[in-house]
Amino acid sequence: MALIEARALVKSYRMGDQVVQALDGVTLDIDEGEFVAVMGASGSGKSTLMNILGCLDRPDAGTLRLAGEEVEALHGDALASIRNRRIGFVFQQFNLLPRTSALDNVELPMVYAGVKPAERHERAQAALRRVGLAERALHTPAELSGGQQQRVAIARALVNNPSLILADEPTGALDTHTSEDIMRLLAELNAQGMTIVMVTHEADIALWARRRIVFRDGRIVEDRVQPPRAPAEAAA
Amino acid sequence: MNWVAALRSALRALGTNWLRSILTMLGIIIGVAAVITMIAIGGGAQQRIEEQMKNLGTNVMLVLPGAVTASGVRLGAQTGQTLTEEDARAIATEVPEVQAVAPGLRTGAQVVAGNTNWSTTVMGTTPDYTEVREWPLAEGRIFDEAELAGSAKVAVIGQTVAQQLFGDADPIDQTIRVRKLPLQVIGVLSRKGQNSMGDDQDDMILVPLSTFRNRVQGMSAGRIKRVGAIRVKVREGQSMQEAEQKIRELLRQRHRLQSGAEDDFSIRNLTEMLQAEEESSRVMSMLLAAVAGVSLVVGGIGIMNIMLVSVTERTREIGLRMAVGARGRDILGQFLIEAVTLSLVGGAIGIVIGMIATWAIGSFAGWQVLLSGQSILLAVGFSGAVGVFFGFYPARRAAGLLPIQALRHE
Repeated sequence: MALIEARALVKSYRMGDQVVQALDGVTLDIDEGEFVAVMGASGSGKSTLMNILGCLDRPDAGTLRLAGEEVEALHGDALASIRNRRIGFVFQQFNLLPRTSALDNVELPMVYAGVKPAERHERAQAALRRVGLAERALHTPAELSGGQQQRVAIARALVNNPSLILADEPTGALDTHTSEDIMRLLAELNAQGMTIVMVTHEADIALWARRRIVFRDGRIVEDRVQPPRAPAEAAA
Repeated sequence: MNWVAALRSALRALGTNWLRSILTMLGIIIGVAAVITMIAIGGGAQQRIEEQMKNLGTNVMLVLPGAVTASGVRLGAQTGQTLTEEDARAIATEVPEVQAVAPGLRTGAQVVAGNTNWSTTVMGTTPDYTEVREWPLAEGRIFDEAELAGSAKVAVIGQTVAQQLFGDADPIDQTIRVRKLPLQVIGVLSRKGQNSMGDDQDDMILVPLSTFRNRVQGMSAGRIKRVGAIRVKVREGQSMQEAEQKIRELLRQRHRLQSGAEDDFSIRNLTEMLQAEEESSRVMSMLLAAVAGVSLVVGGIGIMNIMLVSVTERTREIGLRMAVGARGRDILGQFLIEAVTLSLVGGAIGIVIGMIATWAIGSFAGWQVLLSGQSILLAVGFSGAVGVFFGFYPARRAAGLLPIQALRHE
């Protein structure tokens, strides 16, 4: 059973009096442990796919199973619970809470999961250690570099032990050198068994993934396995 | 989401924009402070009136001489000398509702005792005066009927006079001089305090009415014995209105007034006047509290306004919280807690300011104030309710955002 089973997903938006077909019958399976790069020009539907995979948005038609769970028919609170337990998000703009310590930022998903404060604290520390930022736990985002902020965001994505990390242009706001660090971190997490789906429009960033999907006009036009740039044993 | 985490995040959000938070709270602060102060002032007025009621004696009426009209010029109340000692006696004997009557005459005079002197009011009256006014003696005795009949040179003095003339010494059996007339002090009145006008009621000397007429004032000993005012005490349980009506009829008859003629006296029902005053002060303080309550509502609207701004500003934060698993009710709770925190902190500051204002009014303006725990509880409850009420709409708006739109909000 695949981790993600998407069948004939359709999604359209109304922009003024124009209807934009963002997803036009997308069928896709992603197995556990994959590292997928989703590429495509802007408006090709890749972001829409991410939103639907992340249970932030609902498809107009089609079905989506996440770890065997039907999600396209679920509503509000149930979707929030799936996002909380199953999915870790990494955003281009990091989306950390300002004036809030890295530790508190990482604890946030556990707050909504109802984890007790002591355990929250411990697990957030562990997640920060995992991304190499243990000694920066008490710094606020303003006191951290872009790369460090993205690491905090990744720690936050990891902290509830999700089945899937969705990264939306994770290196879009970072310089080349820092981008490489972040990609190495993601590749390491993938090597440890984490499933990662990443949207990017940069070809060299996409090279880090082991599978590449290209979108055009709401359809998948290319889907192939590629040799990952960072060898899996690098993480071991 | 647990309460501690929600409260912490609310405090952090409010602290970030602390100036804005304080300005937002201002409406609640002013409202709560005003409500507390107004209730304290109203309570003080109430208390003052109740004290006066006690002070005055219950069921007391005052019969005053009427206005005099001389050559068409009306000279106003108490200018006439239409009441006599016989009127007072008639009221006491012929109106069954009346318990006691005390006619009186008064004048200002310099009083000397030893080498000190003091300017005070000298009042000539009958022994019933203490009963009518429910004013017991602290020591000694009041003059008796024989002394009243014989124009005895005796006096009963008030606490202030005793203090001024004798200090801590015992005034009983001492001699005081009123306009060179030596009087023996036979009693001291207990302390009565101020009356409704703020006059010191203890600054007074009582002498027998006859002594006053014949020796203090040096009036010609005419056959008609005029008095300034007659105090009447109606028996407990008797109708004041009925007694007033009977006294009116009696006096009209005694003064031979035609049926169309105006009264040449007036009757003041002091208890009723105070009750009317109490009623009007109650209405007034309720009105003031209502006006103060309006500023609470205005403050609440201020909170709603700033919470709406806050929801818009923090749409991305809301989106992020939803992305990591916040449910609608978590977001609702978060913003509701922020609104309630705003209003409760504002309420707390308002209580402090209200207490300071109450204290200041009490001690500088000299008004009687009564700060009650109830009004503070009311203020806390009200400001909390304002927070919930006016915070609910913005919070629900935040909770109703779609995660994807909130997250992509620019």
